[in-house]
Amino acid sequence: MSADRTSVNSPEIRRLARVLEPGHSYASVTDKISSIVLTRPVSIGWLAGFAIAFSLLMLLTGCIAWLITKGVGIWGINIPVGWGFAIVNFVWWIGIGHAGTLISAILFLLNQKWRTSINRFAEAMTLFAVACAGIFPLIHTGRPWMAYYMFPYPSTMGIWPQFRSPLIWDVFAVSTYGTVSALFWFVGLIPDLATLRDRATNKAAQIIYGMLAMGWRGSARHWHRYQSAYLLLAGLATPLVLSVHTVVSFDFSIAIVPGWHTTIFPPYFVAGAIYSGFAMVLTIAIPLRKAYDLEDFITMRHLENMAKVMLATGLIVAYGYFFEFFMSLYSGNKFDVFLVQQRLHGPYSGYYFALILCNILTPQLLWIQKVRTNVAALFVMSLVINLGMWLERFVIVVISLTRDFVPSAWGRYQATFWDYGTFVGTIGLFVTLLFLFVRALPAISIAEMRELVAHTSEEHK
Amino acid sequence: MNVPHTNVCYGLLGEFDTPKDLMAAARKVREAGYSHIDAYAPFPVEGLSDALGLGRKHDLVPLLTLIGGLGGGLTGFFFQLWVSASSYPMNIGGRPLNSWPAFIPVTFELTVLGASTFAVFGMLALNKLPQPHHPLFNVQRFKRASNDKFFLCIEAHDPKFHLEETARFLQSANAQHVTEVRDED
Repeated sequence: MSADRTSVNSPEIRRLARVLEPGHSYASVTDKISSIVLTRPVSIGWLAGFAIAFSLLMLLTGCIAWLITKGVGIWGINIPVGWGFAIVNFVWWIGIGHAGTLISAILFLLNQKWRTSINRFAEAMTLFAVACAGIFPLIHTGRPWMAYYMFPYPSTMGIWPQFRSPLIWDVFAVSTYGTVSALFWFVGLIPDLATLRDRATNKAAQIIYGMLAMGWRGSARHWHRYQSAYLLLAGLATPLVLSVHTVVSFDFSIAIVPGWHTTIFPPYFVAGAIYSGFAMVLTIAIPLRKAYDLEDFITMRHLENMAKVMLATGLIVAYGYFFEFFMSLYSGNKFDVFLVQQRLHGPYSGYYFALILCNILTPQLLWIQKVRTNVAALFVMSLVINLGMWLERFVIVVISLTRDFVPSAWGRYQATFWDYGTFVGTIGLFVTLLFLFVRALPAISIAEMRELVAHTSEEHK
Repeated sequence: MNVPHTNVCYGLLGEFDTPKDLMAAARKVREAGYSHIDAYAPFPVEGLSDALGLGRKHDLVPLLTLIGGLGGGLTGFFFQLWVSASSYPMNIGGRPLNSWPAFIPVTFELTVLGASTFAVFGMLALNKLPQPHHPLFNVQRFKRASNDKFFLCIEAHDPKFHLEETARFLQSANAQHVTEVRDED
């Protein structure tokens, strides 16, 4: 009634901002989401996008092949910078994955209804990001075919991994994270796979989706156990996601290198991970809703909420930067003080200031509601934050390693074509997997959308 | 072994339009004394398991998850202890061989891994999935159980089951459509 007279921006209207546009029924959400997979013809846009992504993936395979042929010497790594791009990219990718788990697990436990239409592809994004992340430590070993040495298996040599090393913790954290994310994603998919099985018209699709759905028939007994398993998984994934980036930060903070050896690393790494992850979810969601007309399901409310999460985690990250800076100066430790000076005035100060610009200054625009509700602005912002988070890891890895205790150990780091090629190549892998995902599996959880329809129709009565 | 039955009746399937109708029918069917029943819905309907009389005690998933978590964590911790203190002892910075705080991250990860795999595979096993064939899949209309319709099945091995009477009863419980489910081998 009063909606016409109230400003669109009034808090009352905004509180009611929809997570699902009205007029949808169980059948219409099923039709709309499953048709993307089952009936929609392959578009020129999809083919063009896939072709670009796939050629970048080929660049990745080329770079890895050359790396295996020649060894890690083709990269810019040296002594003292043994880590270089490989670790920068590893931390960047694994951080991106964290938003998927946050959306699917933490927002589920907090009963946030707006998670429903974004959780599926955010979880897919997690899996693909973990896959990209996993490549880097693997190829950085130099002899990736020996990587199984990191797993505790009863070897004839009678040796075992060193469980006191954060790098071994990382192996366990990342492989557990990958496994649990895949399980969580697959459990969520089962009812939707049954929907696709029942709606597919060609034989091959019926057989493939039928096998994947495992005979799911929506029995009340099954749903009952399904829901408790899903809730338990959400409860388990929540501390897991916090632990993964904590362990990643241990890779740095357990070492005594200036700029790494700080207790603020675990929380600030986790916040940074969620920050970059939400940026990546926006980077994917904005073109996805446009290309597949999903504006009814991924509404402005979703985009705005994600922008708010970015703003909040961005502020935590800013707090982290500030205290890193403050503690170094306050400690009076000359190596820490020197490192701060090097960040501000050293050879890589440009990266540091770009990082501050991308991660702290630009996101402050998100305080303005007009920016949060402007799709184009959000898209650009998400790219800027992704870049900023990459720079953050570059600053952490490279500045500290090039400036440690004795000047004789100082050095410089210059990435080569193969470093950039491998990095861009993993973006190709990521995007290729996303393109295949939206065509092969429902990008939005159909069963959960039906639940949302049921809840919203009850509210209207 | 029994002679395999071909083309036996599995039960009667009533179709409903809304979760509310399904819940009302489930309650009615239970009150009438039927015990071998199950409901099918395209999404989890709140309160449906209570309406069907399935208590919390049927749900072993939390217990399995606990077992998986404890098993994973304990195995993880004592394995690391055995490796680091007994099988392959190494002096790292003069710390004791049982440097247990260093074993916590891996212990934690293995706890979560054990609990999660038990939760998922336990849920599937208790649901007897994968199950490629089920008599309900013979019913063409049942395809909508994964879309927008709600079903209630009274199974033929229910002591009160009678083909005509039960069908009439389902109709009286507001079923839009009642189908006989046959298990054709």
